[in-house]
Formats: sequence, C-alpha cells, structure tokens
Amino acid sequence: MEILITGLVLGGTYALIAMGLNLQYGMARIMNLANGEVLVAGGFAAFWFYTAGQISPLLTVFIVAPLAFVANWLIYVIILRPLVKRAKSRGQLEVDSILTTFGLSFIAVGVMLAVFGGDYFSYSFLATPVQLFGDTYALNRILAFLSAVVICGALYLWLNHSRTGMSVRAIAVSPDSAKLVGIDVPRLSAIAFALGGAVTAVGGTLISSFLTLDASTGVLFTLKALIIVIMGGVGDVRGTIVAALMLGILETFVASVIDPGLTLAAAYALFVIILLFRPQGLFGRKTT
Amino acid sequence: MTLTGKDYKNISVVVILLALAACLPLVSGAYLLAIGVTIAMYTVLATSWALFSGPTHYISLATAAFFGVGTYTTGIGIEYLPYWVLPIIAGVLGAVMAALVGLATLRLSGVYFVIFTLGLAELVRQVITWFQNFSGQKGLYVLTEITEVHIYWQLVGLAAAVYLVGWLIGRSRLGFALRIIGDDEEVAAHSGINTSRAKVLLFMVSGSVAAIVGAMLAPRYIYIEPLLAFTPMLSFQVVIMALLGGTGRLWGPIVGVIPFTFLWEAISASFPNQTTLLLGVCFLIIVYLLPRGFVGLLDKIRSKINAAEAYS
Amino acid sequence: MRTDAPVLSLRGVTKRFGGLVAVNDLDFDVAEHQVLGLIGPNGSGKSTTLNLISGAFPASSGTISLRGTPITHLAAQDITRRGISRTFQLVRLLPSMNVLENVKAGAVFGHRRRWGAEADSYAMQMLEQVGMARMAHAPIGQLTYIDTKRVELARVLASDPRLLLLDEWLAGLNPTELEEGIRLIKSLRDQGRTIILVEHVMDAIRSLCDHCVVMSSGAKIAEGTPEQALSDPEVIRAYLGDDDA
Repeated sequence: MEILITGLVLGGTYALIAMGLNLQYGMARIMNLANGEVLVAGGFAAFWFYTAGQISPLLTVFIVAPLAFVANWLIYVIILRPLVKRAKSRGQLEVDSILTTFGLSFIAVGVMLAVFGGDYFSYSFLATPVQLFGDTYALNRILAFLSAVVICGALYLWLNHSRTGMSVRAIAVSPDSAKLVGIDVPRLSAIAFALGGAVTAVGGTLISSFLTLDASTGVLFTLKALIIVIMGGVGDVRGTIVAALMLGILETFVASVIDPGLTLAAAYALFVIILLFRPQGLFGRKTT
Repeated sequence: MTLTGKDYKNISVVVILLALAACLPLVSGAYLLAIGVTIAMYTVLATSWALFSGPTHYISLATAAFFGVGTYTTGIGIEYLPYWVLPIIAGVLGAVMAALVGLATLRLSGVYFVIFTLGLAELVRQVITWFQNFSGQKGLYVLTEITEVHIYWQLVGLAAAVYLVGWLIGRSRLGFALRIIGDDEEVAAHSGINTSRAKVLLFMVSGSVAAIVGAMLAPRYIYIEPLLAFTPMLSFQVVIMALLGGTGRLWGPIVGVIPFTFLWEAISASFPNQTTLLLGVCFLIIVYLLPRGFVGLLDKIRSKINAAEAYS
Repeated sequence: MRTDAPVLSLRGVTKRFGGLVAVNDLDFDVAEHQVLGLIGPNGSGKSTTLNLISGAFPASSGTISLRGTPITHLAAQDITRRGISRTFQLVRLLPSMNVLENVKAGAVFGHRRRWGAEADSYAMQMLEQVGMARMAHAPIGQLTYIDTKRVELARVLASDPRLLLLDEWLAGLNPTELEEGIRLIKSLRDQGRTIILVEHVMDAIRSLCDHCVVMSSGAKIAEGTPEQALSDPEVIRAYLGDDDA
C-alpha cells in the first residue's frame, strides 16, 4: 500500500515532466532531447531562489513558468522552425530535431557546468513527514504531486475544452489538414512547444524539492519522459498520465523490493514490452 | 563478380593507404601511436556505424553498449581463455545483442529506435554495476602481454575488414535494398523487400564490429569498470564523426574522425569541462551547415563544377 | 468468358478504422487477362480496397485470395513477391536514385528476382515499353509529372507481376497526356496483363475495362460491363443524386 501511494506520488510528478515532452513531440512534432536539461534548469532556479532568498519553490514556479515559456518559444522560432520548413518528410524532421536538440542539450549541460559547477545540489524544503493512510510520507512530495495534479488537470481541460487547445490537438493529428481548416500551424506549434517547455521547467522546480539534481542528470529525465510519452501514446494526455503513474509505481516497487540500482532496467523492460505488443502506446492511435 | 578499371584503381589506393597506416608504429613515438590507436578505433567504429545508419537514416546510439559488452568480454574472458578467442566471442555477442534490439525496435519508426539505443548503454551499465555490487567485485583487471602496437595492428586489420565488407555490401542486393529503404520504406516493402530483415542484418554487422573493437581495446585500459567501459560519450562521438565526414561514401567517416579527434584532444587539454559543449556545437554545425558531411559538401561542389562546365 | 480460377478473389472483405467502415463486405473476382475497373464517387473505399489487396494495411475481416491461396494477412513485401504490384495515388519515386535504378528496384526484389546485368537489361526493356528509355540515367528531380508516372509504372512492370494495381494512374493529366496514358494502359492490356484500375476518368473506364465494380460508401452497388454499370440507376444515384436516376 505504501509502495502504491509513494509510486503514485512519484508518478504524478513524472506525469508533469512527460506532459511537457508530450506537448513538444506530440503537438509541435519536435523530439526535444534537451527536455531533461530544461527540467534541471527549472530545478536550478528553485535552488537558487530558495538558498538566496528563502523563496518557496511553489512560488518560484510563477517565475520559472513564464521565463521558460519565452525561452522555449525563442528556441522554437529561431532554431527549430527552419528545420520544420526545410524538412521534406516527417522522418527527416525527426532526425534533424533529434540531432539539433541533442546539440542543444549538450550546450545547455556545458553552460550549466560552467555556471554552476559539477556538484550535486539539493535543498531541504518542507521535508516534514505527514501521516496518510497510516504511513508516513514527505510533505514536499505530496505537495509536488498535488501541484502536478492541478497543472495536468488544467492542461487537460485546456486541451479538450478550449478552442486553442483543440487547435493544438488538431495539429497533432494532422498538420496539413489543420492548415486547411484555417489553423495557424506555425504559431500554434510554437505555442505548444513553449508551453511544453514551461510545463517541464515547472516540473523541475517542483521535483527539485525532494530529488537531488546536478548538471548531468538531465539525460535520465529525458529518457524517462520519452518512455512515458511513447508508452502512453504520443499526443494523448490521458495516456501520458496513466503511463507516468505506472512508471512511478513500478520504479518505487523495484527500488523497495528488488534493488534501487535497477530502476532504469525496469523502466526499460516495461517500455520494450509495451512496444512489442502495442507499439502505438496504451492510448495511441493505431497507425494505418 | 566483375570489377571495372575504376574499381581496381580504388582498391589499389585503399590497399596502399592501409599498408602505410600499418607502418605507423615503426616510425613514430608513443604519443603519435596513442593518437593512431584512437583514430583507428574511431575509424572502425564510425565506418561500421555508417554502414547501418547511413543508408537507413536510423541513428543508432548503441555503440557504447556494444563496445562495453566487448570490453567486458575480454575483461571476464581473459582469465579463462586465450586472448585471440575473445574478440570473436565479443563479435558474436554483439551480433546477438544487435539482433535482439533490432528485432524489438526496427519494425517501428526511427525515433523509437534512437530512444531505445540512447538508453541501452545506460541500461547495460546499470545491470553490470548492480551485478558487481551483488557479487562484491568492483572492477576487473586485464593483465596481458598485448601492447599498444598489437592493438593498433589489430584495429588496422579490422578496418580493412570493415571496408571490405562495406564495399561488398554496397555492391550487393542487401546494399541496394538498404538504399531503397532509406529513400522510402513503404516503396521498399511494396517492391518486395523484407525491410525488417535487411535492417536487422546490417545492424548486426555494426553491433558486432563495435563489440570486437571493445574487446580489442580492453587491454589498453588495464582496469575495467562499468563507467569506463560504457562511456556514454562514445556513442555521441561516433555519430558526430560519421556525420561530419558524411555517410554517403565508405571513406566518409574517416574524413570526420581525423579532424574531430584532434579537435577533441585540443579541447580536452585546454578546457576539460567544455568537451560536452564542443559536442553540442558540432551537432548543430552538422545539422545546419553540413547535413551530408564533408562528402556531401564535396558532392555539391563537384556538381556545381559540372553544371558550370555543361554551360560553357 | 474464361472458366479458369480467378486471379484474385475478395470475399466479405471489410475494413474498419475505429468507428468508420471504409470497406463493407466486399465480394468480387478478377479473371486472368481481365482489366477490372474499380469505380465510385470519392470516399467510396476504392483506394482502401487497393491498399487491402496490396497489404499496405490489414483487413478487419474477410478473405483475399490470389489464385485460390489466401493472402489476407500477408505483409506487403510478401504480397509483392507473390505477384501483385501497385502504383501509388501520389507518385512515389526514390529520390536518391536515377530513373534506371528506380525501375531496377522493382526488378531486383519483385515477383521475378533478377540481379546484375540481367536486372539492368530487363529494367531498360520496361523503360522502353513506357517510352522512357532515353531518360534512363536522368535524376528523377528533372522529370515531368507524366514521366514520373511512367517510371513508376515501369518499376511495377519490372517485377513481372501477375496482377497490376493502378491507383488513379490517369489522375492529373492534361488531355494530350491522358490520351498517351490510355494508350499505354491499352498496350498493357493487349499484352495480356491482368489489371485492376481505380479511376475517375470515365472515358478511360469505357475504353479500357472489360468489367466494372462500382462502390459507394464502402459497399459494392453494381457490377458488370462498363455500359451496364454506368447506366445502372443505383450508380447514377450514387454519383449524381436522386434527381437524375
């Protein structure tokens, strides 16, 4: 039972991170391998604000989100849009965006190393225990989970019940058809990408309150986010959430019962199994 | 097999260059030899990588995983078996691993393949680390009589083999099939090509070679531990070198390996923490300036010259 | 009227995309040496049917048989190797190769597999047949629209198929090109090729097809010679609406 709740809590935070990638890959169609670095940057910001001014990460979120939005929007427009324009096929765009975002992620890591140094950083925020269902949990994790729920819920509502949100989902299904019905695909893609970056950065800010990060841990988060997005079905919000929760529970289970060192192996195994039997992901559309 | 005059010329050039390369240890000192080994190693890795990833456009980041498996084959096997068996075993293991990974992921789109291979080295490293913690043994000592010179010659020999295999594949049905797959996979399937099988076969070749290289390099490290054997950077470096040189020709990758190796050495010496930054910048350069590598640049220049001549 | 077994048979073939039934319980046969026209208004499921036959995606239910052997769940490459080749609605040529190599792709891996000089000469023969021999070494970027269609046709022919699927091959051609195109397909028919033609161009249907199957909303609504099919009131209703029936 404890594993279940801890896993769910962890999974909820993963959902937030993966949601950002889902927006970028599923909607804006950019496989952003620098996603993990955006997360770490969000974490750095929280760390900095907290150690410098005792500002709670929950408040830092409101600074990080718009900054990350603008930064990602600029990255999309300046660096990534030329690739979209020149790609002759979707496969070509994917290859180009993979290489480019790899490049960006390395540059980001290099810059962060130069600015922050290579040490791990963590801080203690609301690490007070809380009694829930008879077991003890850390308050910061619970808060992170609740924030993730709120944000994911807001995103879900926006995507499914607002006009802009629906347009963004239309782009995910078919950019060419979306163009034909009058949707401004370039502008909305940029918005989706920027929003994805903002969500990821916020996830980083929240997760830094209970996890230790350093400049090089971005890759691990990128991998997990990718696994979640693909497992859940690219472009589908519910899929991402379900897959994230599954991963959170699985990881917690493996870490507690088997060995903390095998969490990635477990995540991988889950990934491979789903890919083998349902390659479009749990909620994805079968490609015909 | 019919060979044209041009073929004979090309083969002679390659043989002469390989022979010259093999002479390096006889004329140079230790430092140059060390660079020679590094260049030879990356040349073999990049060229075999390009055999698969070039025509199919599937970016494999699994090189480090195969290399690590090869290194560990020697590390573990050296206690029980004579050295010369080990690269062969490593080759087989690499091929089997590649077959498994390929069968699982190559039926799907290129992106899933990239992601899977991205984490593969990490995955194998985690498993081995866990196993070592479990068994209590931290690292492995590889104590052999094999010197740097031996390693160099083995690599040059392997390079010759890779070039030969690459050349033969290029002239074969399999090579043709791969080019078609790279152009349009649905047309390939509708032309009668078993696309998964073709992709998996080539992937097995490249995985096997990477594992053999790992096995050959193990004696150089002397002490092997997971982080050393499975350096994540290796996969990225190989990709960059191959793409920088260009995968359109068999000799493309080596054109990327040589300048990049020197650049890497220079940056490592002066700004050791900024090697990551260098990698990132190189990726961007490749995408925006050299999408087909130096080979592509040469082709463009050549066709411009031809077009100009056609008009004059 | 030949009494041999049909080259291709469809029985109860259905394809569902989620809630949409694109092809509904389709039955028809194609006899050897026959040119079958598969016609119907837009969205009637004609191209989907071709895709099911060629193996581009699997049928939801029903059976497709090639000379009596079921091929319903085979992958595209296996179906091609057994002798069914197709062109695509949007011409798909291989961008990195020249015309001859594009055609060779069909010769090397198709129904009859050739290699080396044999493949080269066979590919050249196919190019001569479609009238593209002089451009054998041209890069495909330089070709006109009808020339790209010819090259694709040559590629399909190079695999020496038992059954040709032509997916709106005559679409987008101007009147002169259309005449040439019809003549080309007629020459294939005269050679004895078995062809399924998905088309909208009625003149072509009338002059080329021995037999027609008319589809509407995924189902077969008429079958017969072109004259019979095109004067069937159901067919007229499907194309033009109730007033003209």
